[in-house]
Amino acid sequence: MGQITLERVSKSFGHTEVIPPLDLTIEDGEFCVFVGPSGCGKSTLLRLIAGLDDITSGAVLIDGQDASDVPPAKRGLAMVFQSYALYPHMSVRKNIAFPMRMARIPQDEQNRRIEAAAKALNLTDYLDRRPGQLSGGQRQRVAIGRAIVREPSAFLFDEPLSNLDAALRVGMRLEISELHERLRATMIYVTHDQVEAMTMADKIVVLRAGHIEQVGSPLELYRTPRNLFVAGFIGSPKMNLIGGNEAARHDAHTIGIRPEHIDVSEDGCWQGTVGVAEHLGSDTFLHVHGTGFGGTLTVRTTGEVTLAHGDTVRLLPRAGRIHRFDASGLRIV
Amino acid sequence: MARAVTPRRKALNTALAWAIGLLIFFPILWTILTSFKTEAEAIASPPLFLNFDWTLENYAVVQERSDYMKFLLNSVIIAGGSTLLGIIVAVPAAWSMAFVPSRRTRDILLWMLSTKMLPAVGVLYPIYLLFIRLGLLDSRAGLVVVLMLINLPIIVWMLYTYFREIPGEILEAARMDGAGLREEILYVLTPMAVPGIASTILLNFILAWNEAFWTLNLTAADAAPLTAFIASYSSPEGLFYAKLSAASTMAIAPILILGWFSQKQLVRGLTFGAVK
Repeated sequence: MGQITLERVSKSFGHTEVIPPLDLTIEDGEFCVFVGPSGCGKSTLLRLIAGLDDITSGAVLIDGQDASDVPPAKRGLAMVFQSYALYPHMSVRKNIAFPMRMARIPQDEQNRRIEAAAKALNLTDYLDRRPGQLSGGQRQRVAIGRAIVREPSAFLFDEPLSNLDAALRVGMRLEISELHERLRATMIYVTHDQVEAMTMADKIVVLRAGHIEQVGSPLELYRTPRNLFVAGFIGSPKMNLIGGNEAARHDAHTIGIRPEHIDVSEDGCWQGTVGVAEHLGSDTFLHVHGTGFGGTLTVRTTGEVTLAHGDTVRLLPRAGRIHRFDASGLRIV
Repeated sequence: MARAVTPRRKALNTALAWAIGLLIFFPILWTILTSFKTEAEAIASPPLFLNFDWTLENYAVVQERSDYMKFLLNSVIIAGGSTLLGIIVAVPAAWSMAFVPSRRTRDILLWMLSTKMLPAVGVLYPIYLLFIRLGLLDSRAGLVVVLMLINLPIIVWMLYTYFREIPGEILEAARMDGAGLREEILYVLTPMAVPGIASTILLNFILAWNEAFWTLNLTAADAAPLTAFIASYSSPEGLFYAKLSAASTMAIAPILILGWFSQKQLVRGLTFGAVK
């Protein structure tokens, strides 16, 4: 079991309120991602759940029990840190065994769980090495192994992939997702990378300056962003935002259209000049200037278009894919 | 750009280093040499360097006149006890300052260190009176406590510097793994800080061993360590340089040997944190 509920939780450092009172429920077995730009309070929120920082007001409930005053050691949660935070003086085996040693689990059972975790994480050959002798990806797997063996009610991940290189990051992302499928345990995952959020989450919590901007499934956030911030943050490349007359024509202050929802077409209503064409092979991103909207429009089109710098294109936004926002940045329904 | 070091320059540097090293070591060398002279040779003018009749007589006399082993045992107990007690008090103190600092931590550290600037003689009288009241005069227990307190600021400061180098996330990981404060300090912090704790112990053992002001003033016979042993040879009926030198040599020999074998640890301890 691992349902986590935040009730009017707030956090201040001195006179600075970094997290104004907020409510949030993470259901048992859910993969929940906290995402937002750096300094948005997502890591702080995770540390409040972990108990590493004390909440200023409100309550943290774990399976309905108030855990606000329970020390981190007794909350039954496991955490994976960005820096891995392995014990450098212990072998991989001892690192993984440490939480079980603290819980006074019998030696036989410890060995059984270590073997199982090592096998699942491809660490069997490295059990007698020290963390210093491992690569970044292996270290992070040890940290995950250390979290698994104690069979926690929830896993907390604090930007676990940020220190890995791009190729490894994709691999570890899949491993963590598979781990979630297998264990069906509650996982809370903090990242600033919206791709990680979109690909891994059951539920995404978008944070800005300690406020929850929107909570929803990846597709909900993609299809119906509640405000301009979420619209701009979720999706890659970013949503095109257009103001002025074009927006007024749609009875809005600002309209948004994703690059993948604009087609290059003879009967397009918008016209512009191609600035840079980024050919990725599978896709091409066109950066189109001179549309009369001010700024550049990004268009995602098929991989093998032959448009190049200086070409004139006509663009057609797909019907029903235009997002409308009012003057305060909120979505117009 | 690194400067090229010519062999000539290197030889010059080596010679210079040896010269400075010998200059610093000379008083100790002279003491050791004098300990092998007769009293007459010891005060001869011009002084005799190596051309004298080497004798072990002084050592025999010193051994006869006083019980070296008793003083040695006292020194070991006082230096060892005060260091051990200091470490036990200082580890939790340094832990809290390094990992849960408050707004005043910096001030407390500076204030603690500032007590080292106080001339010891300024508190001799009150401490002497306290010792009489508590019946601690000429007791090893009393000296263990006083020397521990004298060196505590240095022990705390050194450990604090070491602990600061340990990433806080590792201790937080231990907390998440179910470790209480005791387990966190015992199984995670201490093993990681072993090199630092070792050089702290070493340095403080040497400081306590060499401490002369309190050991001379608060002891008479029973608890007197090697410092008192040396001092007893500067007697009112005239100085006996050769015997004094023999006593000194015997008193500094153990710590000199300890220092020799642990120089690596010591150097690391003294320069720790200087280069990151």
